[in-house]
Amino acid sequence: MRKTVLASLALLLASGTAFAQTASGAASDGKVKIGILNDQSGVYADFGGKSSVEAARMAVEDFGGKVLGVPVEIVDADHQNKADIASNIARQWYDTQQVDAIMELTTSSVALAVQSVAKEKKKIDIVTGAATTDLTGKACSPYGFHWAYDTHALAVGTGGALVKQGGDSWFFLTADYAFGYSLEQQTGDYVKSSGGKILGSVRHPLSTSDFSSFLLQAQSSGAKVIGLANAGLDTANAIKQASEFGITQGGQHLAALLFTLAEVHGLGLEAAQGLTLTEGYYWNLDDKSREFAKKFFARTKKMPNMIHTGTYSAVLQYLKAVQKAGTDDTEAVAKALHEMPVDDFFARGGTVGANGRMIHDMYLLQVKKPAESKEPWDYFNVLATIPGKEAYIDPAKSGCDLVK
Amino acid sequence: MTMIFGIPLQAFLGQLLIGLINGSFYALLSLGLAVIFGLLRVINFAHGAQYMLGAFVAMLLLQYFGINYWFALILAPLIVGLFGAIIERTMLSRLYDLDPLYGLLFTFGLALTIEGTFRYLYGSSGQPYTVPPQLAGGINLGFMFLPIYRGWVVVISLAACIGTWLLIEKTKLGAYLRAATENPVLVQAFGVNVPLLLTLTYGLGAALAAFAGVLAAPVYQVSPLMGSNIIIVVFAVVVVGGMGSIMGAILTGYMLGIAEGLTKVFYPEASNIVIFVIMAIVLLIRPAGLFGRDA
Repeated sequence: MRKTVLASLALLLASGTAFAQTASGAASDGKVKIGILNDQSGVYADFGGKSSVEAARMAVEDFGGKVLGVPVEIVDADHQNKADIASNIARQWYDTQQVDAIMELTTSSVALAVQSVAKEKKKIDIVTGAATTDLTGKACSPYGFHWAYDTHALAVGTGGALVKQGGDSWFFLTADYAFGYSLEQQTGDYVKSSGGKILGSVRHPLSTSDFSSFLLQAQSSGAKVIGLANAGLDTANAIKQASEFGITQGGQHLAALLFTLAEVHGLGLEAAQGLTLTEGYYWNLDDKSREFAKKFFARTKKMPNMIHTGTYSAVLQYLKAVQKAGTDDTEAVAKALHEMPVDDFFARGGTVGANGRMIHDMYLLQVKKPAESKEPWDYFNVLATIPGKEAYIDPAKSGCDLVK
Repeated sequence: MTMIFGIPLQAFLGQLLIGLINGSFYALLSLGLAVIFGLLRVINFAHGAQYMLGAFVAMLLLQYFGINYWFALILAPLIVGLFGAIIERTMLSRLYDLDPLYGLLFTFGLALTIEGTFRYLYGSSGQPYTVPPQLAGGINLGFMFLPIYRGWVVVISLAACIGTWLLIEKTKLGAYLRAATENPVLVQAFGVNVPLLLTLTYGLGAALAAFAGVLAAPVYQVSPLMGSNIIIVVFAVVVVGGMGSIMGAILTGYMLGIAEGLTKVFYPEASNIVIFVIMAIVLLIRPAGLFGRDA
């Protein structure tokens, strides 16, 4: 009897017990309310997490705390990377808590689910944490926006750089869900169109701690580049174990297709040095970016990556759009968001396509050697700036049916 | 080239070895769980958290006191074992008279608290811990490149497993422990301090988890999530092996590690559920587990 209880408990826990957090904040009409929904406790908690909420609060403060004479409120919740939990929270927020827009939405499967809820309810969502281009492709919404980066930009940036260095045969380690497929496919397409070939791929479950088995398969494929189409702690573990199994020493290159400052910090420069990666922001880029980073660091004890700053930019732009529209009505705000240029320390001269994609420049970065790093968090050399038009899919070719 | 089930022999051997390495972690962790359950009848859900604590203590010892891996391998289990003993003495021991579910809920709550605290302090990406220089590098075995450190993990965890088994099955202390489980009142009447024995047992279980944690630190990122990632699998190992069966836990740990490793070659998508499928099948056919005696 006890064994059966235990076994079922173990299964229940394995399938994920939902300790759904209730959203804070009372319902009220005389408010503009923005919900930050993301992973605050799992593999992506450093990638975005609570720090994104802090970035959103900073944007509200910098805007003055009020728009159209009413206060702006930020609420947040942890979706635990589960689409069902996220959809429930989104419905609750839109239906009963008067949330006007939901943002951040790390994890592609979650972002797709929430965007479809938002579309059905005619509400705004701005995705900064998720990567799949489907958000502004076949799953696009007239009220949905995609802000910081996407799988196409990563494929062009990191994939392109490695192909140019002679990495013409690839093997992928892919996270087994929407984001991984999208990243693998787009990088693969890019490699093939540049004359390279794909030798194979293996799909691993989200939050795998041991990659040795997958790495051996990649090693025996003989590919010049091993593309890591995963993110967060998964990528960090894969990189750490790759050096353990002598993969990098054996001449194969690792391509961490989605890797940000937060993960480099976790992994340490010793293990991460030399990696090429693509981000939409780097704190040590210039005075404008450093100014924000220092304020952010004072509040969170870490330097921001593109998810945190992207969330700041999205919240700020949303408030500007509400101001311009003179109302928080969805149609009017969405129209303003589509029309207004985006110009802040994150996106310089950014524009929003008819499919909801915010098009801005990306940066090709390389992780410094430990000896080159002059101060804490001084991690990257900027190799190149990738113009927005190259990094992102032309809205007309995105497959979004809103683009005529 | 020789093929086995459609894959090259070399790849097959490599995966077998990797399964054995992962199995070492499963064996070491499920051993501690089995000891605690067998002797205390407590389902220790804090085991994953204690494993994580072991890794963190090793990292913090290095960071703040410059204490290297070898000393951490002894010190961290001692520290975590002591922490476990204190928890047992002050809190867990009050629950022995109640239904075992209370112990489970208590340790589960404890695990959430510890993990939440570390996540708050260190974030989820974790911290690096480098392989000790004496064990860096690897050997080319022909069919695969074996990192020396991983080989060390297999050897040392086998030694720890056998040592623990001998301690409990073959020594006088172990005999007291087993007797105290069967009939605590009678054993106490012979002048044996039973509560102290139970405290020691829980401390030993926690120390074993921490030992596995230190071993894991150079392999995985030292992350607050590392315990919750592995604990569910380890529970499945204990259930398959038979609750309370120490040898069963060890053997099943290695077996399931290998089963999981091979799944990663044939159908990687299923690699995180194969252990639970095996658990379900074993429970259907042999509810007491492979090595368990019917209660």
